[in-house]
Amino acid sequence: MAITEIQIKETIFKLLKNIAPDSSPEALGQEDDVRETLGIDSYDFLNFMIGVNEEFGVEIPETAYGKLITLNDMTQYILAHAQS
Amino acid sequence: MAEFRMPSLGADMRTGTLVAWKVKPGDHLKHGDIIADVETDKGIMEIEVFENCIVEELLLAPDTKVPVGTPMAKLKLEDGAEKETIAVTDREQPSPPPAIEVPTIPVPELPQEERLRVSPLARKLATELGVDLTQVKGTGADGAIHQMDVEEAAKKLQPKPKPAEKVVALPPEAKSPEAKPTTTDFQAGMRRAIAAAMSRSNREIPHYYLETRIDMSHALQWLETENQKRSIKERILPVVLLIKAVAKALTDVPELNGYWIDDQLQVQEAIHIGFAISLRQGGLVTPAIHHADLKSLDELMAALRDLIERTRGGHLRSSELSDATITLTSLGDIGVEKVYGVIYPPQVALVGFGKIAEQPWAERGMLDVRPVLTATLAGDHRATDGMIGARFLQAINTHLQAVEKL
Repeated sequence: MAITEIQIKETIFKLLKNIAPDSSPEALGQEDDVRETLGIDSYDFLNFMIGVNEEFGVEIPETAYGKLITLNDMTQYILAHAQS
Repeated sequence: MAEFRMPSLGADMRTGTLVAWKVKPGDHLKHGDIIADVETDKGIMEIEVFENCIVEELLLAPDTKVPVGTPMAKLKLEDGAEKETIAVTDREQPSPPPAIEVPTIPVPELPQEERLRVSPLARKLATELGVDLTQVKGTGADGAIHQMDVEEAAKKLQPKPKPAEKVVALPPEAKSPEAKPTTTDFQAGMRRAIAAAMSRSNREIPHYYLETRIDMSHALQWLETENQKRSIKERILPVVLLIKAVAKALTDVPELNGYWIDDQLQVQEAIHIGFAISLRQGGLVTPAIHHADLKSLDELMAALRDLIERTRGGHLRSSELSDATITLTSLGDIGVEKVYGVIYPPQVALVGFGKIAEQPWAERGMLDVRPVLTATLAGDHRATDGMIGARFLQAINTHLQAVEKL
């Protein structure tokens, strides 16, 4: 069964909450800059990417980092690559 | 017999709270073993011993807050040597003047205070707290005045210490549940500690500042190619290149790797880079990445990962907090272009990196757009001049242009 957008978002929220326990990822708008809004540094972001890789089996090349800015970017990227 | 005392884990530490003993009487300890967990304004630290010894007696109960230098345990050195205190950091506290004087050599008459036996740390503290050293009774060997003697004297100078600042070694049962430190207390304590260290730095250290722009095109291209060969868990962050470049630049320009103690520059051979790590609850800690010059990029990435995890999880070791030989602060992640830092005494330099951002770059009469990093240096003018600082920044640039050799 294909993974849904809602499931992806829930997992993203969980991963972000692990990295930034004091933040509220659920409150993120679709087009908010995730790193900027939650105060995530490059080390935490790499950990987030590792989490995405483990949860969805999506290998994210470093060149794609710059494209994953918003919640929408992340969800669409995972949706596209998890199904392929 | 030797005493294990509350260690000083940085210039800004005045007191520490014993959280838990990790040993019991009769235990044999060797170099690097953890003897206790101690809470400071910067979180809970694991305190190591650097002598082989046997625990004789534990003098403090957990939850006791005491000034730096307070005896916490009695230890017996395994080699049978007599020592006043046990070293708890690789870099021992500045020691008091030697106990033996050579009386046959005529020396000029010095002011009274100069003839006192005073540890450098105690002398500095006395200046800060306005304590007259001639009025202080030393408890060290031959009446040497230590930091805690000055602190004792300072307490007497203050007729009514504010309750919030009063440090009392209460037995655990005397503490009420409300006395447990809150997050707000912790943050206030950390802010105070940072303020104390930075005020001292601004007051005592004549800073000079230099900055340079570094073209990062080659370094980032190399890193991207390198990271493409790796799984996501093995990737290296750009800041690791910066750490290594700083470490190698310090081998070229060692004058910036050390401490200003006793009015002189004490260059350190080991390169331990204090890396500023922000805490999510606020504040920052700068634990040391030991021997950064000797580590490969992979080893540095692993060390950085380990250090960040333990810093944020509150499991740093005492040596990591007290023996950095220079500080590196990288604020590029938060979008800042340039960092103008304040040196963390007794270190003599601080390196700041901003974000790597596309900027116009002119070279050989051509204008281009390149990823550019601004590196800054805050140097202690007592220890070095701008010429040394300039050579150091140039060395960082040179190493980043030859990134494959890092």
